[in-house]
Parts: sequence; C-alpha cells; structure tokens
Amino acid sequence: MTDQVFDWMAAANKKAKGKRPEYFDDPEDERMLSILMAVVGEVSVLRERMDTVERLLDAKGTISRDDIESYTPDKEAAYERGAMIREYIYRVMRGPHQMVEELQQAEPPVEEVSRELKEI
Amino acid sequence: MSKTVPNDQKLDVAPPYNAVARHGVSPQPSHDEIARFDFLANFNKFMASTLSPGNKLAYDKRVLPAFLKEHGREPQDRFEIRHAMNKDPFHKFWSALKRNSMEMRQQNGRAIVLRQIDELNAKARQYNEGAQGVKSTLELNPEIAIPRYQSAVDIHCMPGSYHGEELPGDVSAGANYDCGIFATTGGGLGALTDGGGQALVDWIKKERPGWEPRRVLDIGTTVGHNIVPLALAFPDCEFIAIDTAAPILRYAHARAQSLGATNIKFIQANAEDLSRWDDGTFDWVQTTMFLHETSGKALPKIIAEGYRVLADNGLMLHLEQPEYSDAMPLFEQFLRDWDAFNNNEPFWSSMHALDMKDEMVKAGFDRDELFETGVRAVVDREIFPEAPTGEDEDHGRAAFWHAYGAWKNADQMQEAAE
Repeated sequence: MTDQVFDWMAAANKKAKGKRPEYFDDPEDERMLSILMAVVGEVSVLRERMDTVERLLDAKGTISRDDIESYTPDKEAAYERGAMIREYIYRVMRGPHQMVEELQQAEPPVEEVSRELKEI
Repeated sequence: MSKTVPNDQKLDVAPPYNAVARHGVSPQPSHDEIARFDFLANFNKFMASTLSPGNKLAYDKRVLPAFLKEHGREPQDRFEIRHAMNKDPFHKFWSALKRNSMEMRQQNGRAIVLRQIDELNAKARQYNEGAQGVKSTLELNPEIAIPRYQSAVDIHCMPGSYHGEELPGDVSAGANYDCGIFATTGGGLGALTDGGGQALVDWIKKERPGWEPRRVLDIGTTVGHNIVPLALAFPDCEFIAIDTAAPILRYAHARAQSLGATNIKFIQANAEDLSRWDDGTFDWVQTTMFLHETSGKALPKIIAEGYRVLADNGLMLHLEQPEYSDAMPLFEQFLRDWDAFNNNEPFWSSMHALDMKDEMVKAGFDRDELFETGVRAVVDREIFPEAPTGEDEDHGRAAFWHAYGAWKNADQMQEAAE
C-alpha cells in the first residue's frame, strides 16, 4: 500500500510552479491571509456539517448529549481523529508550508516567463 | 440556525457539489470535502458579482485620476493599468483573496484525489486495460516532450500541471482538474463539467443538420470533457483526442470509456507536428480553451497543422475568451488579464491580443470563410446556473465563449458541386 510511504496530506499542499505574486507590502500578511482564508473555509464546512446533523435529527430522531460526553475512542478511532487533526493543521498551514518550498527554490516572475513564451 | 432564505425570492447561490455527476473514475468526496467545494463555489460567486465591481470604482475614483495627474495622459495599454492598479489597496486585497481561492481549490481537489489515489488508479486501469494490455484507444508516447509553454509554470496554479505525477503512472492530475472545475465556475459547466461540449453538440446540430463528420480531431483535450458529448452525439464518427501530457490522457481515456464514449482514441501527441496524419484526414479540427495555454510560435504552427489535416468542406473551430480588440475598453482588457499574471496563465495576455482571424488566414483560410459566434454552456438549468456575463461575469472563467471558426474551401466545394 502506498499510503505508508505517500503522505497525501503533505502532497495536497504542493505549491504550483511559478513565483507567487506579492499583494501586500509585508510578506507575512500574505501568509496571514492564506491561513485566515483556510479557516474561513473550514468554518463554512463546520456549519454545513452542523446543518447535516440537524437535518438528520429532524428526520430520524435523536442522539443524546450523554452519548457525546461519554464517548471514548478506540485505537482505530483515536488514530482517525489524530489524522483528522493533522489534516486540519496541514490545510490551515498551507501558506507557511509553501513558504518552505519557496525557500528551497527561487523562481523567476511569471511576467518574465510570459515575455519568454511570447518569443519562443 | 435562523432562517436566512426569504420565501418570496430566489437568491443567487451555487448549486451543491452533490449535484456533480459521478463517472467511472470520479473521486468519491466525503461530506466535508463536498462542503469545501460548496464554500469555494459560493465564495467565487461573491468575488465576481459583489466584490469585483469595486475594482472599477477604485480605478475610476482614484487610480485613473492619479495616473492622469502623474503622466498627463490616459493609460496607453492594459499593462499600464495593471501596474497602477497593483498599488491600489482594494485591488491588492481582492487579488490576494482571489489568488487564495484558486490555491484553496487546488489544495482541496488534491486532498480529495490523493487520499484515494490507489483506488482511482485501480479504477482507471480497469477502463484503460483490456485482456491484451492497454486498450488500442489509449496511445501514450513517452518520446513526446512536454513543451516549455506547458512546463514553465504550473498552469492555473495546478501543482504539477497536466503532466505531473504524484505516484508513477497515476491519474491524479486529471482527477484533480476534473473534480474542481465546479468550484471555480460555480457549477456553470454542469454536472459533468461538459457544458462546453454540450454547447458544441447543440450548435453543430443547428448549424449543419444531418451532417455526419467521419473523423474529428480535438487538440489539447485535457480530461476530454468537451469531446465526450460530441463523441456520444456522433457514435459512428471516429474521434482523435490529443494532448502532450500522459497523466491527463490516462484519466481522460478512462473517463470517456466509463461514459460510453468508446469511439474516441486518446493519443499523446504535440499538435505542432501532426505529420502522422495525412492532409485532409479530418472533417473537424477543434480546440476548446486551449490556445491560450500555448506560445507565440506554437499557436500559428498548431493552426497551420490543423489546417493541413482538415479536409475540404471541413470545420475548424476554436473556443476561447474574446480577444482584446480595439473596441474593448482597456480596463476590461486589464480585468480579463488577471489570470495571466495571478493564476499562472503566462501566454493568456499575448494570446488574447492576437487577431485570431489573421492567424487563421495566415494558416491558409480565405478571410470570407471565417466566422465568429458566441457559445454559451449548455447545462441542466433546473440545477445549474446560466453563466453571468457583463457586470457579474467572472472574467476568464465565464461559461460563455467566443468561437473562431471556418469551413475550409466550402465555397469552392459548393461551386464545384453546382
């Protein structure tokens, strides 16, 4: 199985080849916005999930608060929840994660490539 | 949760990602993965219709006046406008949000695909391989080099572009491209993101009722989403779909087979050199949203080769966003150029400045053979929206295209017949 050697969460964060445009005076603002936008997206996901639960409860009955409070994950569930949190961190940290790749490989501005492509 | 939808009016919202149809190699999204695309589809709608008009306001109210004061003249071209707008705080923030949306779409799509890449590869193999190995309808040619215009940057910020592989022989590039088009177009391309192909079927049936092309060439086919509807509409016709990237072709072939379009042969080939096909081989040669991903020297070669392999009375058709004619205001040209510099489309700006009619005449067509027409995506309007154009248009992504076409030597053929 490839999932033992292939870290799909890290791979999903791969940076597109091509220097990223700079929108703000302070490069840290770029990263702050990218984290913020990811969180914005995730909150939307949570809301959608909550709505799903509400609709299911409307249609199918009930689950108790005690069930939630007393829940203890087994080994498999504990792993899955850890992976879920890890996935969450990778997703939210995509911006800073990509900074690492940018540090590894400097790239010419796309504008330069654009001029080149016009000529080749 | 409080009720937010009034009963007496319909709000403009993106259709749910659940409405996207599944085919044989579709990645299976989880509840939250669906919710991520639901967020992006609606966010992009908001960006295009609600925030984007702020760009024109910023330009009219402060950027243009400041430019006039500094230079004593109007901006001469879209590049001058861009350099001035890139200093404007509103435009900077809008651009930054839009760039983030594009990057999130890629991350979200890759996350869906890569966590199930083994299953997807296995599904693709089931469609791509028969008892005798790889089916004859999929021809990969490893000697085809990825041209510089495909490798210089990852086009539309798609990590790995069309030719990248995460695991040897995988279909992740195609699966990611296919599954996320919904998010960037707000569902404007329909359940199988084939609204462009469906539009071509509608158009040709009206334009030439009863016409049965023998052989059709689709250049730069990517996942084949625009050729499958045609192949299904003309089941007795032989379709050849080419692309330079093997990973996208593996996916495209499996996708087409699973949808019953078994009359398409997918071939890894570069359209700058179609020498394997004789003059006049095809009755229809087309590209859909492809030429802007080539280069200044490749584009004329591709059109010239397309002309050569096109039979008399055959159709050449290119779907693109409209060109930057002198009639198009410079500000609109600047806005349409956003993807060129912010979404890794480095030939986009130069391509749209070309006069496609001139390019087709250079390739061999008579000017009076040429025609232009608008083509709007054909989708199930019960579920999917009509792509907004004009003020609310998401420039560069609107599911409404400009078709540049010609019927080769049609007049001479008619005269000869008469």
